[in-house]
Amino acid sequence: MANKKLKKLTPTQREYQRLALSRMPKRSVAKNSLRAFLAGGLICLVGECVQQMLIHWGGMNERQAANPTVAILIIASVVLTCLGVYDKLGQWAGAGSAVPVTGFANSMASTAIEHRSEGVVLGIGANMFKLAGPVIVFGTVAAFAIATIRLIFTQGG
Amino acid sequence: MLKGHQSWVFHPKPVLVSTAAVVGPFEGRGPLANDFDIIHGDSLVGQDSWEKAERTLLEEASNIAIERAGLTKEQIQFYIGGDLLNQITSSSYASRTLTIPYLGVFGACSTSMESLALASYLVSTGGAKHALAATCSHNSSAEKQFRYPTEYGSQKPPSAQYTVTGAGAGVVSLEGSGPLIASATIGRVVDMGIKDPYNMGAAMAPAAVDTITAHFRDLQVGPDHYDMIVTGDLAKVGHAIAAELFEKHNIPMHKTRFRDCGMMIYDYEKQMVQAGGSGCACTAVVTYGHLVRKLRKRELRRILVVATGSLHSPISLQQGESIPGIAHAVALEAPPESLTGKD
Repeated sequence: MANKKLKKLTPTQREYQRLALSRMPKRSVAKNSLRAFLAGGLICLVGECVQQMLIHWGGMNERQAANPTVAILIIASVVLTCLGVYDKLGQWAGAGSAVPVTGFANSMASTAIEHRSEGVVLGIGANMFKLAGPVIVFGTVAAFAIATIRLIFTQGG
Repeated sequence: MLKGHQSWVFHPKPVLVSTAAVVGPFEGRGPLANDFDIIHGDSLVGQDSWEKAERTLLEEASNIAIERAGLTKEQIQFYIGGDLLNQITSSSYASRTLTIPYLGVFGACSTSMESLALASYLVSTGGAKHALAATCSHNSSAEKQFRYPTEYGSQKPPSAQYTVTGAGAGVVSLEGSGPLIASATIGRVVDMGIKDPYNMGAAMAPAAVDTITAHFRDLQVGPDHYDMIVTGDLAKVGHAIAAELFEKHNIPMHKTRFRDCGMMIYDYEKQMVQAGGSGCACTAVVTYGHLVRKLRKRELRRILVVATGSLHSPISLQQGESIPGIAHAVALEAPPESLTGKD
């Protein structure tokens, strides 16, 4: 794939691309993975604590506590986004803060804040799913594909 | 006037009679804080959107520069300006309040020197007595238009650059005291096929090298002609590549001081800016704030400012296009000794 792309370029461009690539500052995969593991793990730990609290003091069972837990994490993420903290956390944690539900909430809250100046409907309403939209679209498509495969195999077997 | 292929040597030399640099809070925490005229404590500058804030910065810088030149708006014939936003709205809306006949230009981050070169040309050829060149950028409005929402928690790679919040303006006149504008070289678009918007330094470096080389060729001078050659916003990655390209082409850049505005404006140790600064305001505030002060004090005698720009849009990149780079150079000279007392 990369070679195919390079073929369209002139020899000078190709040579320059090689130079530019070699001068790119390296990102440590190990360090980034460790940070993502720690930050993502911490967010999940907080979620677990919230859930346990709801079970022990809120009188819920595990199933009942799941949705309120997610809601609390989302609210916390939105508050941190509004306070301007979540983007700084994102720079440090990378995927660690992007993958959990808090990342999804951040993507919606940040676009809502950003486009507030263009009005409530065409600003907030139209832009809120700008970043989160693809997740929903492809999540639904993937779910449909998996469900179809499952249906075929369970019917056949 | 025209010298060589793409350069102007000005006779008479227009004077940069006054300049102004206005910045946001983040730039105010950088090492050049003392050279800026206004440092805002609030990045919204009391406005209710990033776009309005950017425009306000530009209006402030323009007004300070005009006032400092001892002129009124009516005495300025032309205002040449541009910015990064779609349809260069900051400049156009600012000129709505400035009410100076307006020429909007777009050269992305190279706008600062593009507008200064054009203003100098107008003044030098008698097309104007006084012309204003100004440009601005805002970190948050640039993030919003080119990248992600400001509060979105994405991780930026180490080659990413931080758009400078600020505005710079300069008044160019035929007479007066101040640094002289000796020559200008208009750059051509150079595209080396870089597609990564988080590595704009690498996309623009070949354009900078091309323009500087053309300047040397047209004027038949070498790097030692200048005390300092300063690129716009190549930042760490792009600047290192540019230095390497000069070496490869046997241009003795070690005979001058080869610097970059994007590397001068922030403190890498204390500020989280990845590779360095970028944006129209990057070259503008460093030149009109910092470098012009050095020229006035005669700490620098002759400098070449090479503003670099990447001429892409988010849509062109999503459609798989690469980033075209451009660079425009303007040579500035310290004011003649007899005039320095005035400042």
